[in-house]
Amino acid sequence: MSDLPVTLTKVTYAIGETSILRDVDLVVRAGAPTFVVGPNGSGKSTLLRLIMGLMTPTAGTIEWAGACDPAPRRRAMVFQHPVMLRRSVAGNLLYALEQAGVEKSLRDRRCGELLQKVGLADLADRPARRLSGGERQKLAFARALARSPDLLILDEPTASLDPSATLALERLIAQAVSDGIKILMASHDLGQMRRLAGDVVFLHRGRILESASAKDFFEQPVSAQASAFLRGDLILED
Amino acid sequence: MNEGSSALALVLSGDPALYAIVRLSLVVSLSAVGLAALVGLPLGGLIALTRFPGRAGVIVLLNAFMGLPPVVVGLAVFLLLSRSGPLGSWGLLFTPTAMVIAQAVLIMPIIAALTRQTVEDYWSEVRDELNAMGVGPLHRLMTLLYDARIALVTVLLAGFGRAAAEVGAVMIVGGNINGFTRVMTTAIALETSKGDLPLAMGLGLILMIIVFAINASAWALRLYAERRIG
Repeated sequence: MSDLPVTLTKVTYAIGETSILRDVDLVVRAGAPTFVVGPNGSGKSTLLRLIMGLMTPTAGTIEWAGACDPAPRRRAMVFQHPVMLRRSVAGNLLYALEQAGVEKSLRDRRCGELLQKVGLADLADRPARRLSGGERQKLAFARALARSPDLLILDEPTASLDPSATLALERLIAQAVSDGIKILMASHDLGQMRRLAGDVVFLHRGRILESASAKDFFEQPVSAQASAFLRGDLILED
Repeated sequence: MNEGSSALALVLSGDPALYAIVRLSLVVSLSAVGLAALVGLPLGGLIALTRFPGRAGVIVLLNAFMGLPPVVVGLAVFLLLSRSGPLGSWGLLFTPTAMVIAQAVLIMPIIAALTRQTVEDYWSEVRDELNAMGVGPLHRLMTLLYDARIALVTVLLAGFGRAAAEVGAVMIVGGNINGFTRVMTTAIALETSKGDLPLAMGLGLILMIIVFAINASAWALRLYAERRIG
């Protein structure tokens, strides 16, 4: 059972008169990481949340592996500011494993493996809400992996991390890619995009202006907005 | 002050009649908290997590019921349990059980209303995470009640404080029968009107100590939880 491909057809999301996303057509397939980029307020988070099934589009349809049922099967999401339950690090991970339907007898071992993988094994008994930002993001990543996802959605996961924590998380992401997990990730960081992206979706004011391979996007952006974004100009919403 | 020192002497003497009254007070009020929690915690959590027509009205009503006058609750339960009332055949009027029921009715809205607020605040914080994990409705309720456990202990203590301090409801449905349904508050009311001030003051002192001890332990629990659970 898979959640891929995710097919968005003419998806619009509006709050009252203001549309956050307009007429978005997109297919998310297995393969290299897809980066969703664009200035603040361009609709990146909204797009990711819709694809995760946390929100319902006001118009248009989203299909996961051909079905419109938004219940997450093999997809998981890591938020920019992950929220931990009021339990230990291991407690949070065991909870995620339980929700993912992992058999009780296997949970402890799997929990240990995942903590090892993200480098939190020493902090298993620590209250999760007492972790640093970087540690919390690693735990959120482990919690997402607990679902054995084939699609992992990351909403600017390194935006509030220092360089060493960012590097640690990028290594985990690269590991996930080589394990065959499809990454769909919003980012502001051009360097990160160059390091990790396979494809790029460029959003501007709620529309997809470009959808291309990372190589093409970097070398020959089509729209003026994308060129400005790549030059590092400030793109203002007007 | 003469009455003051005899009140203290009475408390320290370990007078069995006095301690029977204290024990009954605690048993009745703690049972009432247990009973009210059994209904109030899930009810508050359910209202926090569901959307239905008239929800705002239910919340306003619940909040208003936090201030129910104890004598009115006592009267309502009295009518329910009196010989000619709908539950008269149970023969519960003027028993400690009737007092438990009355206090439970009194504090259930407090527990439900405060639980609703606590759970709803916590839910808005973790909603995306739980939805992303595909947590179903029942499990969601259990998770939130469990994770808000420290705050909910404080809610239960607020209920206990209210129950232990009220006179009106237990007086009406218990009848203040010596050695059977007499609790601290009804005893204080009676002894004061009889003029036995040392006993009234002694009971008042114990009541204050209990309330103080409970609040102190609630505070200690909070501090411990903040360090341990975050």
